[in-house]
This record gives sequence, structure tokens and C-alpha cells, in this order.
Amino acid sequence: MATLQVELVAVEKMIWSGEASMVIARTTEGELGVLPGHAPLLGELAPGGVVRIRPESGEDLVVAAHGGFLSVTERGVSILAETAEFSTDIDVERAREALRRAEAAGDDPEALAAARRAESRLRAAGQDA
Amino acid sequence: MAGSLRALRRRIRSTQSTKKIFSAQELIAGARIVRAQNRVEASKPYAREITRVLSALAGSASLDHPLLTERTGARRVAVLVITSDRGFAGSYNVNVLRRTEELLGLLRSEGKEPVLYVVGRKGETYYRFRDRAIVDSWTGFSEQPGYEDAQEVGRALIAAFTAGEDDDETGGGADGIEGVDELHIVYTEFRSLLSQVPVANRMAPLVVEEVDEFRDEAPAAERTSDVPTSYEFEPSAEALLDALLPKYVTTRIYAAMLEAAASESASRRRAMKSASDNAEELAKNLARQANQARQAEITQEISEIVGGADALVTSGSDN
Repeated sequence: MATLQVELVAVEKMIWSGEASMVIARTTEGELGVLPGHAPLLGELAPGGVVRIRPESGEDLVVAAHGGFLSVTERGVSILAETAEFSTDIDVERAREALRRAEAAGDDPEALAAARRAESRLRAAGQDA
Repeated sequence: MAGSLRALRRRIRSTQSTKKIFSAQELIAGARIVRAQNRVEASKPYAREITRVLSALAGSASLDHPLLTERTGARRVAVLVITSDRGFAGSYNVNVLRRTEELLGLLRSEGKEPVLYVVGRKGETYYRFRDRAIVDSWTGFSEQPGYEDAQEVGRALIAAFTAGEDDDETGGGADGIEGVDELHIVYTEFRSLLSQVPVANRMAPLVVEEVDEFRDEAPAAERTSDVPTSYEFEPSAEALLDALLPKYVTTRIYAAMLEAAASESASRRRAMKSASDNAEELAKNLARQANQARQAEITQEISEIVGGADALVTSGSDN
């Protein structure tokens, strides 16, 4: 079966790369699933979004990706994110705390961005944001 | 004589302890270079990907984004200087500041008015001391810059650039905020452990820099498919460009900061190496002088004793 060559890249380092059978992400336009052979596409990930990478075998990798882009080419999928974290690495309590703090901080763009980041982390960890 | 010997011994001791400080600094800087180089390497995949995406977009969208269009009659231009927070780094800061002065002179001769944005305490004090206006400055992260730091700097610069779009001859224009028409950056490029070169680049209006690897790949891709890849865009290409370009600028700033951090450590290690070598040399010379002084003291004591004994013998034989 054909597979996708997936690269998940954050600004500070490459987070994950490998073969996958499917990638599910949400762009600003809506939920999107990418299978091998997908048409070339560039999309902006929705703020506070979660990306799912389905490897050929084993469990889905769930990633909280913030402020990113999705690029699909013939060769595979690259996900660019400003910050990205695996669901298994997410500390739910800390994310909740961050969300509370960000929401208390008011309406400035910085706080709103922090709130989106915290939401995406909670969502990736399977909690309600 | 005895006094000078004591003074020499004291100088030897203090030279040796400064030498210890220098070599400790050297070791720290050495460890930091490796870490900084790793960070430069780790940030490359993202830079490569974002350049690839941007090039793909550039091929499809009509490029009339404000960050890409040259403004006629550019008046105020922003210059971002990246210096270090601490000294003890040899000519690192001097070089980057000298390069900045060159750029400022060039901009002035073109009839533009440069305004300064500074990263690093050393640059800040340099311009403060000379009573030069600094629009904004950021300190405290020159050795280990994070992406958040670059974002902060990038936000300020892009805001100034956007505000400059409607400026006229007299001032702030429609929005009343005086912005800038060009963004320049001066930082130190890390070429190798022995060579770090201060460079000045224009960040905006933007010229999309192609990453080397991407350039190598491009012809191969063209061979495999005769039709250039046509992308679908979600949302529209223009909206994507809007979202991507500021990020691209921030990525460039981040990359510059990482290079500067590696250069700073390399520079500091070299400076500390020669400082500890000099201290060792000095201590050796002082030890030689001290030995000489000690020897002279002993010789003098002996001749005094011998002289004294002779005097006693002579006076004894008189009786």
C-alpha cells in the first residue's frame, strides 16, 4: 500500500518524520484528511488545532500544533508549526492552568494566542477545552 | 629587595587566579558553541519547508503583498542590530557595530533616515552612550535565543513596517503612526569556528531566499513532472501569503539570532583562549623575575654575612 512521507517540523526542531497511511488536520476552512495520492495542497492550520498522524501500524499520533501550515506534495505531507507537542507529552494540569491564566489576562492578542495554544494542547490530550 | 619579591609573588597569585577564570570561561563558551550549532542545525528543516511553501505560493499567487512590494521614495528604514549581552567576547560586538555604522552611512547617503532596533545589552549601551535614539531594544537572551524572542522582535518590526505603508513626506500619514519603509538586519554569520563575519541583509521588502537544498531539488522535480505542481489553497493563496510572510520574516530573525549566538560563543572562546594564554605567559615571566629577586636577595645576604665575618676577623686580628 502506498504511504505518505510525513514530516512534522516545529521552528526549533524537526519533531517527527516517517511513513504514515493518513494525516488528519483542521485548516481554517475545515477538517481535512489526507491519504496517499492526494492533490498538492497548501493550507493554514486552524488556530488551536490538532493534527492526527496515522502510522502504518500502531496507534495514532496526536499532536497539538499551533500556528502552522500544511503542505501536501506528490512526495508527502509536511506540517509546519510554531509549536508542536505530542499528546503523550502534554501535562493536562499545566495546560488547564495556562488556559485559565490566558483567559484571565484579557483580550490582547498575546493572551488570545496563549489561550488557543492551551486549548489545542488540551484537545490533543483528549480533554474538553 | 624583600619588598619587591613580596609584590611579585602577589602579582603571580592574582595572575594565576585570573587565568583560572579565563579558562573556565573558555570551556563554557566551547560547550555553548556546540549547543548553538546544534540549534542552528535543528532550525533548518523548518526554514527549508517554509521556503518551499513560500516558493510554491509565489508561483501561484499574484505577488502584491505589502511585504513584497518595493515602496517608492522610501524614507524611514529600520535597522535591527544583533549584539551580545555580555562582553568578554573579543571584537565580536565591535565588528557588528562597525558593520552597522557602514550600513547607516550608506542608507543616509541614499537620503533615507535609519532608525535603530537593538538586540543585546552591549549594543544598547553603545548607542545610549552616544546619545543615539533607539526605537526599541530587547536584552537577556543573546546567548540562547528562543523562538518567542524572535517572535517578539518580529512583531514589533512588522508592526512598524505595516504602519509605514501610508506615511507621507510630513509624518505618520493616515494612521498617524510613523512607521518604516524598509527592514534591515545586521548580525554575525557563523562561517566556522575561526571565522565569523558580520553581515547586513534587507528583510523587507522581501526577497525570498532559496535554501540551498531546495535549489538542488528543484530541477529534479521538474524532470519528473513536466507540468509544474499546481497547488490547491486553503484558504485562498492571498490569505495564505498574508499569514505566511510575517512568519517567514520571524523565521529569518530567529535564524539570524541563532547564528549570532553561535558566533558570540565562538568569539568569546577565542578571546578567552588568548587571554588565558597571555595570563600564563605573564605568570611565567613574573615567576622568573621573582626567582631572580630571591636569588639576588640570597646573594646579598651571603655577601653581607661574609663581609660581616671578614670585618670581625680583621678587627679580631687587630687586638
